[in-house]
Amino acid sequence: MSLDTLPRATRSSHRRGRPPGRRWRSRLDVKAMPYALVSPYFILFAAFGLFPLAFTLYYSLYDYDLAGTTEWAGLDNYTALLGDEDFWRAVINTIGMFVIATVPQMLLALFLANALNKRFKLRLAIRMSVLLPLVTSVVAVAVVFTQLFARDWGLVNWILSWFGMDALNWRAERIPSWIAIATMVDWRWTGYNAIIFLAGMQTIPRDLYEAAAIDGASRRRQFWQITLPMLRPTMIFVVLNSTIGGLTLFSEPTTFYNGNVDGGSQGQFQTVAMFIVKEGFREFDYGYAAAAAWLLFLLILIGAAINFLFVRRIGGTR
Amino acid sequence: MNNWSPTILTRVMLGVAVFLSAFPLYWMLVIASRTNADAVAMPPPLLPGGNLGENILAVINHEDAKFLLGLTNSFIVATTVTVSVVIISTLAGFSFANLNFKGRNLLLVLVLLTMAVPLQQMGVVPLYRLMVSLEWTGTLKAVILPYLLNGFGVFLMTQYTRQAVPMELVEAARVDGAATLRIWWNVVLPAVRPGMAVLGINTFMLMWNDFMWPLIVLNADNPTVQIAITNLNARFSTNYTLIFAGTALSIIPLVAVFVVFGRQIVGGLMEGAVKA
Repeated sequence: MSLDTLPRATRSSHRRGRPPGRRWRSRLDVKAMPYALVSPYFILFAAFGLFPLAFTLYYSLYDYDLAGTTEWAGLDNYTALLGDEDFWRAVINTIGMFVIATVPQMLLALFLANALNKRFKLRLAIRMSVLLPLVTSVVAVAVVFTQLFARDWGLVNWILSWFGMDALNWRAERIPSWIAIATMVDWRWTGYNAIIFLAGMQTIPRDLYEAAAIDGASRRRQFWQITLPMLRPTMIFVVLNSTIGGLTLFSEPTTFYNGNVDGGSQGQFQTVAMFIVKEGFREFDYGYAAAAAWLLFLLILIGAAINFLFVRRIGGTR
Repeated sequence: MNNWSPTILTRVMLGVAVFLSAFPLYWMLVIASRTNADAVAMPPPLLPGGNLGENILAVINHEDAKFLLGLTNSFIVATTVTVSVVIISTLAGFSFANLNFKGRNLLLVLVLLTMAVPLQQMGVVPLYRLMVSLEWTGTLKAVILPYLLNGFGVFLMTQYTRQAVPMELVEAARVDGAATLRIWWNVVLPAVRPGMAVLGINTFMLMWNDFMWPLIVLNADNPTVQIAITNLNARFSTNYTLIFAGTALSIIPLVAVFVVFGRQIVGGLMEGAVKA
């Protein structure tokens, strides 16, 4: 820590014989400065956080059309959304891709973290290289994966052909498109989550393992009975993070369709975030888009709650 | 358990993880350095060719794609936002960690709550309307403004300052007559520099990668780099070599940051996760 700058502050002040004006100023400094220091955040938050949130609610209660007329709609936008097949398809797509991406990702990240936690040569280099995907631009990655999953000259279909499988049309069909997009997401985030898990693992006291080893518990058993339960706080953090990220998925599926928010010819991989952008900024139905944004928020809350309860049960105390 | 030596299985697993992490980036380089005929050949080429420079020049010189403008714009956006977020967060973090004032805990809880709301998706409609009424759509101002604050940054710097700057240090400086801002500048900032670096790198990466908001609020004539890639993708949808040369260009700043700060990124992530 650098204390070396402190004496300068000392020299510049004279404690004794401070004039009354300075004392008054220093009281004001102590009382008011803390608020002044936190205020930029709250002022900007009011302008670019609170204001949009409140207005999203306001817009969602109105009906907008292309001609620019506005009409009070009450909850009409919400009821219309609940009866809108396109919206439900986007919801199912989002949840489907989220599940396909997250489940293997968490398992892989856990085992990868366990492996990274051991002593070996080049440890830092290997930890860094699993983070390499994170520092690559999302859109660039999505472009590369879109090409890898191309029907006619994609590397994935080429590899599948070694096993006698027919070329899949990854973009045209629903489940294959979900798998392709989930792969992009997993490629990007598995290493990141592994590093976070690794951090959690390193806070687990070592004597727990030593005691377990003396009691004859195998390494595998130690992993399931000590590592996993002790990792629960970290896991909650990771899972909540992935839930918010997964349910607001936008860049990968949009890039998968050349930057178009329709999500494929039949909307087979359109997510809720893409649906919002399409309704708001292609159809210019601001009220409908705003209502969809609130339903997305509800979806995130439900998803977060389910995942939270699920993680709390993992290796729970018996 | 740190001194377990890895089994063969572990070694294989790590090898596969490293290979899979690096392969798509290598693949980007392979296609970016080839001709378009190679890019659509079956079986695909697995080694880089000799056309990288030529393809990159073609991307840069293509008038419609506006790729250089995209790179410049992204650089301006990411730098401005990073500077703003780091300053706002270190100020607020210092206040929350080292100063006493009424309502401190309540305000800190408010910051935490704001972190949980996906503002980008939730507020997109009113923010867009705001930018329209200010006549700022199509300009970088519209991209930058909503990102000047960041709840995560405030939280991170609060945690970091709490650990790096002991209260006694602040009080000692206070007794010596230093005003609050002076303490922030002379005592706090030097001590929290590593935390600032992590936050700065994080914010820069986030902004460089931002896609949804610029797609909405900018137009194709004044793109950020991610929008420029989408332009390439839409205009040359079968010319993979050009698209890949563009994507390769787009990740250079991030890879440079990673090469220089890779160790700090790993360390910072691990520290942040434990404290969260």
